Amino acid sequence: MSSHSSAAAQPTVLLRSDRVGRTFGGFLAVDDVTMSVGPGEVVGLLGANGAGKTTLIRMLLGLIATTTGDVELLGGPPDRERRTHLGYVPQGLGLYRDLTVRENLAFSTQAYGAVQPDLPEALRAGADRLVADLPLGLQRQLAFLCALAHDPEVLVLDEPTSGVDALARAALWDTIHEQAETGVGVLVTTHNMAEAEQCDRLLLMSQARLVAQGSEADIIGSTTAIAIRTNDWARAFAVLNQAGQPVMLAGRDVRVADADADQVRAVLADAGMTAEVFGVPATIEERMMVLARAPEAP
Amino acid sequence: MTYAVRSAVVRFGDTLALEDVTLLVEPGSVVAVVGGDGAGKTTLLRSLVGEVPLERGQVDAPSPMAIGYLPATSGSWPALTVAQNMDFVGGIYGLSGDALASRREELLDRAALQQSAGQLAAQLSGGMRRKLGFCMAMLHNPALLVLDEPSTGIDPVSRVDLWRLVSEAAAARAAVVMSTTYLDEAERAAGLLVLDGGRTLAGGTLQDVLDSFDGAIAHTATPDRRAWAWRRGRDYHEYWPATAKVPLDAVAVIPDLEDVVIALSLLRSHHSELAS
Repeated sequence: MSSHSSAAAQPTVLLRSDRVGRTFGGFLAVDDVTMSVGPGEVVGLLGANGAGKTTLIRMLLGLIATTTGDVELLGGPPDRERRTHLGYVPQGLGLYRDLTVRENLAFSTQAYGAVQPDLPEALRAGADRLVADLPLGLQRQLAFLCALAHDPEVLVLDEPTSGVDALARAALWDTIHEQAETGVGVLVTTHNMAEAEQCDRLLLMSQARLVAQGSEADIIGSTTAIAIRTNDWARAFAVLNQAGQPVMLAGRDVRVADADADQVRAVLADAGMTAEVFGVPATIEERMMVLARAPEAP
Repeated sequence: MTYAVRSAVVRFGDTLALEDVTLLVEPGSVVAVVGGDGAGKTTLLRSLVGEVPLERGQVDAPSPMAIGYLPATSGSWPALTVAQNMDFVGGIYGLSGDALASRREELLDRAALQQSAGQLAAQLSGGMRRKLGFCMAMLHNPALLVLDEPSTGIDPVSRVDLWRLVSEAAAARAAVVMSTTYLDEAERAAGLLVLDGGRTLAGGTLQDVLDSFDGAIAHTATPDRRAWAWRRGRDYHEYWPATAKVPLDAVAVIPDLEDVVIALSLLRSHHSELAS
């Protein structure tokens, strides 16, 4: 267990935005977003590029100002003092590529006035190698170690598992859950929708707004998909694609998100095709695709 | 015609990059090569397109003019516009005039890049740049399409678009090989090959891979052997050998691809520890 200075009177909310908005010139990047992360929670922030995730995170961290609304980190504005209780792993990892593993860790822990942790076994062998020469999985492990060395109360992770294999991904999620179990609140973004199951709660942003939150089922909402099984998937795919349906391939099945089963049957029948057509639960990706195609909310 | 890399061995200096790896791909299907950084995915794809010589093994690929290749790096020229990138590659493949123009329009339209035709490639988002790279690789209607991590790091909506483009190519009878770190993409492919440290962990259809897994996976809140367990949400999945008895407080589950790949990776690293 890590011991936190404020453990005696830990707030119920670690990170909060209250009707937050941000414009850049005439461009509305974040619109009226209210969300929070509590102690011990792993909250997943999902959304396509340009949905506003990074702008929201930058406001929560106090790196840019809000245009409207308020953000709170550990019960107050995200100032310099409060930020010392924050661990942040950006998408680019934030490591010094021309310093060694040991030097990166020393630099980061000294900046926070923290005690330098021992290197885990996987990093020990490469302790004197330059970060630039390490495989990506080890670079990510080091970035985590640097972000965690000062026992933060809030952890913000921007795509922590991008590009690594299943085993390295599992190791990183182990670390994230271990932190949450000591009371750390975690906000994590990912482009890998299979990782939604690793989060206690999900937030979905689209076109600057928070459009859904809760479990995976809450995120998918009423979006459905149609699966088509035939002995000629290529032709079914081509026919539906030509008819302007948002068609996808899944193994030997063809899927269409947010479509009408009867309409799909009609298109296939017109082409003289026999096929099994049935409704299936939509995936988070399909929900996001449907949102991205929707006209902008008024 | 099956395109293939058979029993490939590739060495870079002292490093064995591929160790007896076989990749097969039929026209009209998508094969996903799965693995992390350093698994050997890029080396395998580059050997298929003739960029890396094999120490041993055999490559069956069409002539270079019938191969479309999207490298893991950008695949386009940042200082050229989208349309210029397409025309430049079209010229290399002997396309010109109306034939080139109509093929360019068709592909950019399908990739939803038509609006960006006049933009510099450098100004595109990551997802758009990968879609442009895909269009350039597809321009000459190749029989074999080889895509090195077309979707890594791009957002889910762009990944759906890319997957649709890949599916279209396969529906039009191209043989498609793509590498990926996303297991859900591999699940959607007709065939998959899982690499780890230059060796094959598993291969075949998704069902083949799941069926050939020899062992049990148990769902538990309190794993017995932490080194053989991994998180699925707050709880764990734990690997047990087929001969072992799963503890009473754990529930055997039907393993998915994620479980199988992690369990096989753990077994592999355990074996190499014992061997060293």
